[in-house]
Amino acid sequence: MEFGPHLMLATLEGAVTAAVLALTAAGLSLVFGVMRVVNIAHGEFFMLGAVLAWGVTQAVAGPWGYALALLVAPLLAGALAVAADVTILKRLSYDPERTIVATIGLLYILQQLTLMTYGPEARPVVAPFDARIALPWVEHGAEGWRLTWPWGLGTTVWKLTVIGAAVAVLAALWLFMARTRAGLVMRATQADREMATAFGVPVERVYALTFGLGAALAALAAVLIVPIQQAHYLMGADPLLLSFIVVIIGGLGSLPGTLVAAVLIGLSDGIISVFFSPTLAKILATLLVALVLVFRPQGLFGKRAA
Amino acid sequence: MLRIEGLRAGYGAAEVLHGVSLTVAPGEILCLMGRNGAGKTTLLRAVMGLLRPMGGAVWLGEMRLDARPAHRVAGQGLGYVPQGRRLFAGLSVAENLQIGLMAGGGKARRDEVLDLFPRLRDRLGQRAETLSGGEQQMLALARALCLGPGALLLDEPTEGLQPSMITAIRQVVADQRARGVAVLLVEQRIDAVLPVADRVAFLENGHLAEVMSAGALRADRGRANRYLGV
Ligand SMILES: Nc1ncnc2c1ncn2[C@@H]1O[C@H](COP(=O)(O)OP(=O)(O)OP(=O)(O)O)[C@@H](O)[C@H]1O
Ligand SMILES: [Mg+2]
Repeated sequence: MEFGPHLMLATLEGAVTAAVLALTAAGLSLVFGVMRVVNIAHGEFFMLGAVLAWGVTQAVAGPWGYALALLVAPLLAGALAVAADVTILKRLSYDPERTIVATIGLLYILQQLTLMTYGPEARPVVAPFDARIALPWVEHGAEGWRLTWPWGLGTTVWKLTVIGAAVAVLAALWLFMARTRAGLVMRATQADREMATAFGVPVERVYALTFGLGAALAALAAVLIVPIQQAHYLMGADPLLLSFIVVIIGGLGSLPGTLVAAVLIGLSDGIISVFFSPTLAKILATLLVALVLVFRPQGLFGKRAA
Repeated sequence: MLRIEGLRAGYGAAEVLHGVSLTVAPGEILCLMGRNGAGKTTLLRAVMGLLRPMGGAVWLGEMRLDARPAHRVAGQGLGYVPQGRRLFAGLSVAENLQIGLMAGGGKARRDEVLDLFPRLRDRLGQRAETLSGGEQQMLALARALCLGPGALLLDEPTEGLQPSMITAIRQVVADQRARGVAVLLVEQRIDAVLPVADRVAFLENGHLAEVMSAGALRADRGRANRYLGV
């Protein structure tokens, strides 16, 4: 394949990574922004999303099973996160350091429980449709510009759907934060927890909702990607690492920054993986984090701490 | 009527307020004065429930406030204007007011409040932290008024403002008094207190040292120096 079409394929792979990463990192960023909790267990909620999707599609076969998984997996993961918030984080008064230790514990509990019940195998989840489409390319020939259909230039409809779904969910998340009463209350809590309390905001309930929403976003991202990736009890590590990279680059707690950084890291990950190697992609992303931490510790979009 | 009875509060094991009792009647401005670190802010925070009292009680009318969860205090009609304004940064002026409205008032209340602060009406879409210092203080006051308070707690609302702003804020506070709101106003400077106060209370190391009428203080300004150390 020529360079142009090859680059287009790599970009598409990168866009899928970016879409899923943006969803996952948005959850991590939201939790950190509003609650100041660094959720080390975030990747496990991603893993639970994939495992639950497998469970649901086993119980209900066909596209309807998958549609059900899209709904059930985020809801269950979110409910579990709410329970963890109320029983663990709240008791630690959301202390930034102690909650790190607590979520590390939560990470191992979720991982081991999954190993004990679901087992060590990687299991596939079938996409609700498996159509492929060929992609066009523009070429300059004797008779001017024309569309061609290079052999091998194509993708699955599912990958395009994943990108579209992630964009839609992120747009909905933005609308929720910017336009609804609950979103307003969350932003006020993020800005000044004590003043929010002084104006009647039930901060603990807001925290529970935020933690649940963050986990649900990770779980949803996993349901979207699991037809491409398979469900495995250790699959939470990569999304956790990448989410942290994205959240640090974008600026802790800044949602727009998180999204821009997810696109940046996702696309470059896809492109570098295709042309060079996935390891190089990870090395460069980690290097970028180091550079950001040295030269712009507040992140590309974060505000400098007062 | 805001009634504070033997209120004790502090941080961790350290008690800062050692049993303070005060009442503020509806339509009265009680000024609370005292040196830096006397415990003025601590008193207001304890009344708001932001600091769990170690003892004593707080009443607003017939409603006991100190036993409630902190987020259920404001809804009883307690408007708080904290020291340093503490607006919700990143939220617009309109959204800051919205948070105040959620605790009490409705759409009509919002218009009423904005009529008091025309400058805010022109800046509804602007982010709170981009306002000037005086406008920020107006917003902090407007946010508290949005919930239609029966009692208003103000912590040094004129700190660092230019005279025209101080006058404007003072006017709004006096207007609230005229509407029957009980006002507990913390101020540091005696000339900021005398034009508005009905009574003045002096706090010294967490004890209430003296409460006197504004008239008596006007006649004997030197008396205040003992508590303020100027
Ligand atoms: N968050 C806190 N943790 C521990 N101690 C505190 C805290 N806030 C205040 N204090 C202490 O409580 C005492 C009273 O402080 P407070 O802020 O109530 O004084 P203040 O009268 O409002 O002073 P100022 O005029 O400077 O505003 C001080 O000794 C202060 O050091
Ligand atoms: Mg103070």
